[in-house]
Amino acid sequence: MNEIKKNLIEIKNVKKVFKKDIQQDLLVLENVNFNLREGEIVALLGRSGSGKSTLLRVIAGLIESSAGQVLFRGQPVTEPAQGISMVFQHFALMPWLTVLQNVELGLEAIGVPRKERRQRALKAIDTIGLDGFESAFPKELSGGMRQRVGIARALVVNPDVLLMDEPFSALDVLTADNLRNDLLDLWQQEENKNNSILLVTHNIEEAIFLADRVIVFDSNPGTVRSILKVDISHPRDDTSPEFRSLVNRIYKLMTSVKGKEETEAISVIDLGYRFPDAGVSELLGLAEMLADEETDKSNLAYIADELALDIDDLLSLTEVLDILHFAKQADGEIILTEAGKQFAEADILQRKKIFAAHLLMYVPLVKLIHRVLYENANHRESKRYFIGELEDYLSNEDAGRVLRVVIEWGRYAELFAYDDNSGELNLENPE
Amino acid sequence: MRALLGGHKMSIKLRIWRNNQFSGWQPNLWDLFFLLIVFVFFVALAWAATQMTSPYKVGEAIPIHLSIRYLPRYALLTVLRMAVAVFFSLLFTFSMGALAAKNKHAERVLIPLVDILQSIPVLGFLSITVVAFIYLFPNSLLGPESAAIFAIFTSQAWNMFLGFYQSLKTLPHDLREASAMLKLSGWQRFWKVEVPFAMPSLIWNTMMSLSASWFFIVAAEAITVNKQTILLPGIGSYISVAISQMNKPAVLYSILAMLVVIFLYDQLIFRPLIVWSERFKSEESLDGKKAKSVFTYFLHKTRFMAVIGNFFYVLFDEFVNLRSFTRAKQLSYSAPKKTKSFSIFVFIWYAFISLLGLAFVIFLLQYIFKTLSMHELMHVLLFGVYTSLRIVVLLIICSVVWVPIGVWIGLRPRATQIVQPIAQFCASFPAYLLFPVVVMLIIRFHLNIQIWTTPLMILGTQWYILFNVIAGASALPKDLVYATKNFEVKGWLWWKRFIFPGIFPYLITGAITAAGGAWNASIVAEYVNWGHTTLIASGLGAYITQVTNLGDFPRIALGLSVMCFYVLIFNRLVWQPLYNLAEKRFSTE
Repeated sequence: MNEIKKNLIEIKNVKKVFKKDIQQDLLVLENVNFNLREGEIVALLGRSGSGKSTLLRVIAGLIESSAGQVLFRGQPVTEPAQGISMVFQHFALMPWLTVLQNVELGLEAIGVPRKERRQRALKAIDTIGLDGFESAFPKELSGGMRQRVGIARALVVNPDVLLMDEPFSALDVLTADNLRNDLLDLWQQEENKNNSILLVTHNIEEAIFLADRVIVFDSNPGTVRSILKVDISHPRDDTSPEFRSLVNRIYKLMTSVKGKEETEAISVIDLGYRFPDAGVSELLGLAEMLADEETDKSNLAYIADELALDIDDLLSLTEVLDILHFAKQADGEIILTEAGKQFAEADILQRKKIFAAHLLMYVPLVKLIHRVLYENANHRESKRYFIGELEDYLSNEDAGRVLRVVIEWGRYAELFAYDDNSGELNLENPE
Repeated sequence: MRALLGGHKMSIKLRIWRNNQFSGWQPNLWDLFFLLIVFVFFVALAWAATQMTSPYKVGEAIPIHLSIRYLPRYALLTVLRMAVAVFFSLLFTFSMGALAAKNKHAERVLIPLVDILQSIPVLGFLSITVVAFIYLFPNSLLGPESAAIFAIFTSQAWNMFLGFYQSLKTLPHDLREASAMLKLSGWQRFWKVEVPFAMPSLIWNTMMSLSASWFFIVAAEAITVNKQTILLPGIGSYISVAISQMNKPAVLYSILAMLVVIFLYDQLIFRPLIVWSERFKSEESLDGKKAKSVFTYFLHKTRFMAVIGNFFYVLFDEFVNLRSFTRAKQLSYSAPKKTKSFSIFVFIWYAFISLLGLAFVIFLLQYIFKTLSMHELMHVLLFGVYTSLRIVVLLIICSVVWVPIGVWIGLRPRATQIVQPIAQFCASFPAYLLFPVVVMLIIRFHLNIQIWTTPLMILGTQWYILFNVIAGASALPKDLVYATKNFEVKGWLWWKRFIFPGIFPYLITGAITAAGGAWNASIVAEYVNWGHTTLIASGLGAYITQVTNLGDFPRIALGLSVMCFYVLIFNRLVWQPLYNLAEKRFSTE
């Protein structure tokens, strides 16, 4: 284990900027540096929108970086390179080709003769456990089987590096578990010891279960937060103390604010804050759960497990509770504030009042909407106006999404109404 | 991976998969049957080809016999013309459709251009091109034949082109990425990814296109040049002669012949194609009903044919993986870097196109107004208003009639299966065949010509309203159907709150197609004849037909331009906004 391995892929100062319009750019990746060594499995862990999928596509040669370089065996990657394969989140199989033809496709592209093509494809199908499904079409297969085809297709060209873009996230829990184990088995065979996997995921446990190193990714802009080594021998038991403590450590990393990891300050935000998708009923549900006396656990890893939420969904909710001053989160824990407890225990009408008060106090965008609607003579304003305001801070897509989220909160709090037909916000009560 | 696959010492198990499942090469009885079909097909093809290239001088009259004995060979010639036209339509679709989808500079020119071409009726193309074709193939029947084939082509190609282009544009992003990661060349990607993805819509559009060809078959085969008519042997000319001689049995025979031909190609070509194209859809159809084909069923029983089929499969495989194409065209996935010479080229391209367009418009205006006055223009514009009025009224009436029927059918899956093919046939039924009925009715009951010729206009295209309403009604979520039952939502409330909003996008799509077709059909519908009786309604279509018969080119140009103008105005001011509304407000997503 201690022998020095060569770097297969080197990522040097990679930066990616998407052009929003002529004046504005959107910084997605900044200053990303790390290496992928021979024979290791690295997990890239981050919340959605952190740019980790973009990074994977830069490495694959599907997207060009704006600055910096990706080197594969010392050569810069500018287009999909021989030796790098990819497995997709939603499989990306050709529905009109059989399993066998799908697996053969990559070999056809590099000009392998018919006979050899078929032999190699059949062998890959065997290896991944798809025996007997050669003539099936993808639509006849379950999700797990389809992803096996995806993996066979990627492996048949003998890649040195396998890039996997959330490969198990579209599968149900049991299937994903099963496939992860099979993948590991395949990787632990002697023949594979020099091949590497780079896996993008937002599932903390999956990252720890599979990877030799976990790279925690930060969002806005996407950059490497920290790199953790996983020194647990396979097969890893996700209930073992080492495993759990690593899970908690990563939760802590992901919930604390960059730079001031130790402080307990509640976040204060500006107008252009990129709110995550957090529905009113989910917020309420989490607040109620936290207020429940029987569950005195405030550990995020525990809550995620209990609610069967993945980290992304959970952190979206805790972030918003934090901003609204209903809860404080730090060090992978979350505790309701006094206001939060009142909110959780109030009746429906009372809840709306508390929610409205907190929205007006702590969410600048709600403040702005409320003020504009009051000041306008007819108490109306088109949604586009607010999107325009938000676009000074956010991408067009995000601006629309954030406004949609905030409008839902505002409607629930009865602070304002919204008419989808006219695209107008107003102060009237709905008919 | 390399080591993994190479290291497996285990020998590959012998296995059998469907494609290669032959017990032998010996032909069975089914093979004999199919060989017979193939043989007959090739003999017929050879015979028809010699017919089409026989010597001919303009002015010679080609006799068209109304005896039923001649109908099979006429049918064969018509089918061959259509097949040739389909071939060229496919060629156009694949090349131009792909170009428009992949190159934004070509796209900006091609899409508006096809939009305009689509609004020009078949007669328009014919009158302009026939002279050129006769000049191109002097002293041969190939000249008029080419013109007829070209006319048929114009009734097919635009629709197929637009459908293919749409499909290529909507190719899922992850399939794009996957083919880039697999390092498929542009050539391989086209045949292995893009064409298969577009296949179901391509087949459907080809079927629609063929219906349109049948509808205009008389206009395409009975060609008028310099006030004389060339009747190319075929069902279209047969119908034309039958009408001018007021031969009622012959009209019935031609209906019968059409029925047989349409039934045959539906069974032998389209059914099998639809069954085959099921595999190109990414999901199993929800209601679990599968397309069936008797022909395919029998084909599966053959042995020798299966070997032949496999041979063609290997051939296609070699074609897709052609060395020279796959190596030379290693397209990089990321957008090509813009070099200076490239942007100069783009600039020249746009300059060239805009100059060409401008020159064409100036030429057209000069040509029209050299001989014609503003007064004439106003006159033709007024005709356009009449025709528009007819179309609007017809669409409303058709919607009132077909929406309830379509909804009734669409909510019953079994009825849908029965009605769909019948409506398909009705869509290809040429309006000409109803001329005798219409003329006799109008004369017998002294009806108003302006009103009672109108239904002919929507004859072929009303079915698109029905198709789409059926599709819309069967796509209504079952939950909602049950929910409305549960809450006892009935009668007018049921229509207003559930059905109309639910099928609105489909109804609009159907109406757009129907309206587009109706404009084209006006050339047939407003100018009705039976023997020596000719009934002419005032309208743009009648105007174009009359001036075409006279060979009056400035007026033809004027009529066509005005029709284009109206169609485009309607598209921009009526259909586009309605379509956007339907997309935004009423889609169930």
